[in-house]
Amino acid sequence: MTDQTQSISSVAPAAKARAKSPFSLSRLPDAVTGWLLSLPLALVLFFFLVLPIAMIVVVSFWGATEFSIYPAFQFDNYEFLLTSPVTYQVFFNTVKYALITWAITLVIGFTVAYFLAFHVRTLTWQIILFLLCTIPFWTSNIIRMISWIPFLGRNGIANSTLISMGVIDEPLEWLLFSDFSVILAFVHLYTLFMVVPIFNTMMRIDRSLIEAAYDNGASGLQTLTNVIIPLTKPGIMIGSIFVVTLVMGDFITVRFMSGSQKANVGRLISNDIALLQYPSAAATAVILLITVLLVISILLRYVDIRKEL
Amino acid sequence: MAKSLDLELAATTKIYGETIAVDAINHKFAAGTYSCLLGPSGCGKSSTLRMIAGHESVSTGDIVLGGTNITDLPPARRGTAMMFQNYALFPHLSVVDNVAFSQKMKGVEKPVRLKKARQLLELVDMAAYAERLPAQLSGGQQQRVALARALITEPSVLLLDEPLSALDPFLRIKMRLELKKLQRELGISFIHVTHSQDEALALADDIIVMNGGRIEQAGSPRDVFNAPTTEFVARFIGGHNVLQQKGASVALRADRLKVKKAAGDDGALLTAFVKDVEYLGSTVNLALDAGGAGDLTAALTDEVFFQDPIEIGATVFLTWKPEDAHQLAA
Repeated sequence: MTDQTQSISSVAPAAKARAKSPFSLSRLPDAVTGWLLSLPLALVLFFFLVLPIAMIVVVSFWGATEFSIYPAFQFDNYEFLLTSPVTYQVFFNTVKYALITWAITLVIGFTVAYFLAFHVRTLTWQIILFLLCTIPFWTSNIIRMISWIPFLGRNGIANSTLISMGVIDEPLEWLLFSDFSVILAFVHLYTLFMVVPIFNTMMRIDRSLIEAAYDNGASGLQTLTNVIIPLTKPGIMIGSIFVVTLVMGDFITVRFMSGSQKANVGRLISNDIALLQYPSAAATAVILLITVLLVISILLRYVDIRKEL
Repeated sequence: MAKSLDLELAATTKIYGETIAVDAINHKFAAGTYSCLLGPSGCGKSSTLRMIAGHESVSTGDIVLGGTNITDLPPARRGTAMMFQNYALFPHLSVVDNVAFSQKMKGVEKPVRLKKARQLLELVDMAAYAERLPAQLSGGQQQRVALARALITEPSVLLLDEPLSALDPFLRIKMRLELKKLQRELGISFIHVTHSQDEALALADDIIVMNGGRIEQAGSPRDVFNAPTTEFVARFIGGHNVLQQKGASVALRADRLKVKKAAGDDGALLTAFVKDVEYLGSTVNLALDAGGAGDLTAALTDEVFFQDPIEIGATVFLTWKPEDAHQLAA
């Protein structure tokens, strides 16, 4: 009873105010109100997302000489891009980095999240250990990358330790400025992006399901494969999207960690920009964008992401 | 179905750190009976059930099922199966896959296990929903699936942890009847944890009232309701008055109190002041203040009450038959 009277009395003044105010939104038809409410975000997205992408698409059809860019509608950039073996090599390299990084971050991320969610019993320790995972993120990613160099270098800590331990006789050359160091840096930078969504989905798994599996005779491994992994799939997919898009769009990590010896699509674009070849850079960007969107749409086929938000 | 076996708790104890959750209880659950562990929250009834199920380690003491000591066996090898409070159905598996889960874990071939799962679903009348996901079922339907999943393991004892608490009152009574019927048909023991007296009285062949980690009283529903042996049981089971008589506590059923407006020649045992009158349909409850004897409740049938209605504020005279007053343990 009291609830009812309260709600009635709180509605009444609002209704009155609505009637008085000449600028009230509620006087407009619902459709107009809806459009107005979505307008600010729509404008932001239009100017900062749609317009730049449209611009890139437009520029990708422009022409360029050694010293000038001219507006045009020609397929020269795409033709050059799609017929050059370098492009395929670089795209292959990008996909290779993305796949290897994805696989490693998935294994590490899943293990860390599993440990945090199922083996750490108290919430306090879960929070403490979780914050511990984020410590590397308190510094800039450039610093995190560069700090690998003295560690992995020819006379770096890793090599000198291994030599003094007698494991190797001469420094390992592939530790730094190689695919190994690039992927190592990627894994270091992006594992947390895998841990967070997986941990989040794992925390939502009802603990009685684990008990029910145990009651039904499932071993630890069977519970993992039959219950935990299927229920964690949305988190795995979200983490995968993060990692794959970040790695595919990256250029600075590849440049620093490979000592400019390896290339991915991001570096191709940045080189074009450095040479003021904007149309060519734009065309490469468009192809990269399409590739990434394809990858994401494939990943989204396996999970209903809306259920997770 | 598996043969029903006697289940025996021998000084079974559960200690969490400093607190004793279950204090050396002894009880024999006879084969093929429906038993209810009844008590308020924190009385140790759930811990007891979880120890029987093997989801909680036993601190000291033993659990013996049909002559086998199962104290330290894993849940799936005990001959028990558990139905969880919120059913704990796997949300990513269809109904039939949920039921077939334990068979899959054992490595039974797919056609064989699905056939068996469908048989179990037929038993609980859910065959038509085999392909659905748990989220597409109502609470009552989920419960039937959970039952089928527990029964496919062919347990000697089925353990039910507050199985009806998630249902609405109407469905609760319906499922109550079905549980009892299923138990009769299968002939295995059901051990059912509940905090609802009505549920325990309606279902059980054997009620075990627990309090503070101990068994207060165990027996048939009629014995427990009619003749509670401790004050706790008298109060918890409801429908009883506890009053002091000659220095000892006695329990007296509220419906055995006779209420009169005038002191008769048989001599009233107590006089009381009517504080409140509650109409409950078939009965009318009087809240009485009997001075030194404390607050009492008298339950009159509506027929008796409305022959001669009693007003709030009236003084009434109470009598009862001596055999209705049950001495309580101090």
